[in-house]
Amino acid sequence: MINTAVRLCLLLMALLVAVPSEAQLKIDITSGVTDPIPISIQPFDADPQTSAQVVSADLARSGRFVVRESRRADYLVTGRYSPLSDGRLQIDYELTNLLTGQKLLRERITAGPQAWRNAAHRIADKVYERILGVRSSFATRIAYVSVEGRAPEQRYRLIVADADGENSRVILESRQPLMSPTWSPDGEWLAYVSFESRSAAVYLQRVRTAERRRISARAGVNNAPAWSPDGTRLALTLSSPSGNLDVHILEVASGALTRLTEHPAIDTEPAWAPDGRSIFFTSDRGGGPQIYQIEPRAGATPRRVSFSGNYNARPRISPDGRQLAFITREGGLYRVAIQDLGNGSVRVLSNGPQDESPGFSPDGGTLIYAARERGQGVLATVSADGLILQRLKADRGDVREPAWGPFLP
Amino acid sequence: MFKQFAVMVVATAFLAACSSPKKTSDADSMVGQTETRDDVTARADTSDDAASAGAVGDVGSTVVLPAELANRLVIYFPFDSDALSAADLELLAQHARFLNGRADLNLRLEGHTDERGTREYNIGLGERRAQAVRRALALQGVAESRLATVSYGEERPAMSGASEEVFAQNRRVELVYGIR
Repeated sequence: MINTAVRLCLLLMALLVAVPSEAQLKIDITSGVTDPIPISIQPFDADPQTSAQVVSADLARSGRFVVRESRRADYLVTGRYSPLSDGRLQIDYELTNLLTGQKLLRERITAGPQAWRNAAHRIADKVYERILGVRSSFATRIAYVSVEGRAPEQRYRLIVADADGENSRVILESRQPLMSPTWSPDGEWLAYVSFESRSAAVYLQRVRTAERRRISARAGVNNAPAWSPDGTRLALTLSSPSGNLDVHILEVASGALTRLTEHPAIDTEPAWAPDGRSIFFTSDRGGGPQIYQIEPRAGATPRRVSFSGNYNARPRISPDGRQLAFITREGGLYRVAIQDLGNGSVRVLSNGPQDESPGFSPDGGTLIYAARERGQGVLATVSADGLILQRLKADRGDVREPAWGPFLP
Repeated sequence: MFKQFAVMVVATAFLAACSSPKKTSDADSMVGQTETRDDVTARADTSDDAASAGAVGDVGSTVVLPAELANRLVIYFPFDSDALSAADLELLAQHARFLNGRADLNLRLEGHTDERGTREYNIGLGERRAQAVRRALALQGVAESRLATVSYGEERPAMSGASEEVFAQNRRVELVYGIR
């Protein structure tokens, strides 16, 4: 449960920061922790933007904080905004423990003239980490696919936005399907699948410049790209002439290709373990789809890692390598589940009828996924402990296939 | 001859919020780039085909199908299945006979699923359906080199919606004739 003050505050902030742009996302917390930390965020002095509101929204959205007036808060954030002579901006800010009077942070952040939102997200990350002792991912980005129009006349867009859904930009638009966006480990590139040539191909696109490379356009299926943690290789799914899907590994620089799985079943949806020593993937070699793990070398033998239920698919691994997120089907409902890779215990985290595409935030504390609500694709997040659920709603179009980008330097 | 369609790449900046002035100048400039690709199978837009059932192809190179095949270009499937019914096999035998008498044509088999299940696994299921149709045609003597498959999974539904009727319409293989 989350209290009324937070709800009002979020509603107010949603109204203040909502911008009529393409598939802009709005955030709605649907559940939260029972005992959030009360914090007060004062408007920054001389701020021509709404930086303090962005900080408030981030902290409130985490579910770990409740934003209040200062006399009812344990912590206080104040700041001063200054334009610099070279056009950049500077924010001096302080975090105070109101119970002890202790200054916990007294820092200065500078940013480009358009970068006030990112500066605010970085302040929110600092405050979060200073108080809770763990990292947050406010100053990161997400990518997702947006679809407009009724079938069969649909338009597909690949969109990149800040992690709060603001600042969204269309980076690719097509009348043919776009799918499977995934970030390179350095956050510079997106890999994705496009059907623009009337067949499937995997592309890499440098996000800042739109430089584009078609990296796999073999006959048949080219799908499900996944970067190795060092960014030098892509795992991806290719089909044989008879239509058999297997996971392969493609060296990005040389184009050298290694077939990883060799089985007449569908083998797809690869995801690298963060240490690069294994790949998790979906296979229906046992009947229905289940998740397997294999070493990334030709001839390796996969072992099954999902056991509960008859449909477990689309694995993703937490940044610490200890949790497996995937989609599980139970009674016709598709939901996000998380499995402890140490003891094998499984928990269902989401509550939709048709949830898909879960992925971890770079700090590992949150998962983003796609859901369907009244026929509309929406994005949602859930904390890895299952306590905090949120919806991110787009103004227009179906949104789907979210991919959370890495920490930025 | 070939229809073309454009894919627009909109270059924008995502480090708008970055502290480096160099990156910020990237952020402030918009770089546009347009790529054009040949739509070699002569169909940029499925609705054109649907609107002209039986007359498929480019301007100047229309394939006119016999009446009994003209609006029978879609094979439907049960949930989680790539099985062809006896009626499907009979229809595909008719298509095979037509193809065997028309060496100038080829056929593209587009496999689709309904929206349930994970997207990339559904690409696999759509491919299985397309391959089931390809095998049935090959067994009727159509050269494999004339049969191409593509799986769209759940990405290109025939109908929007989430009812069982809609799902049934979306679980399909579309037969798309083209000039070799």
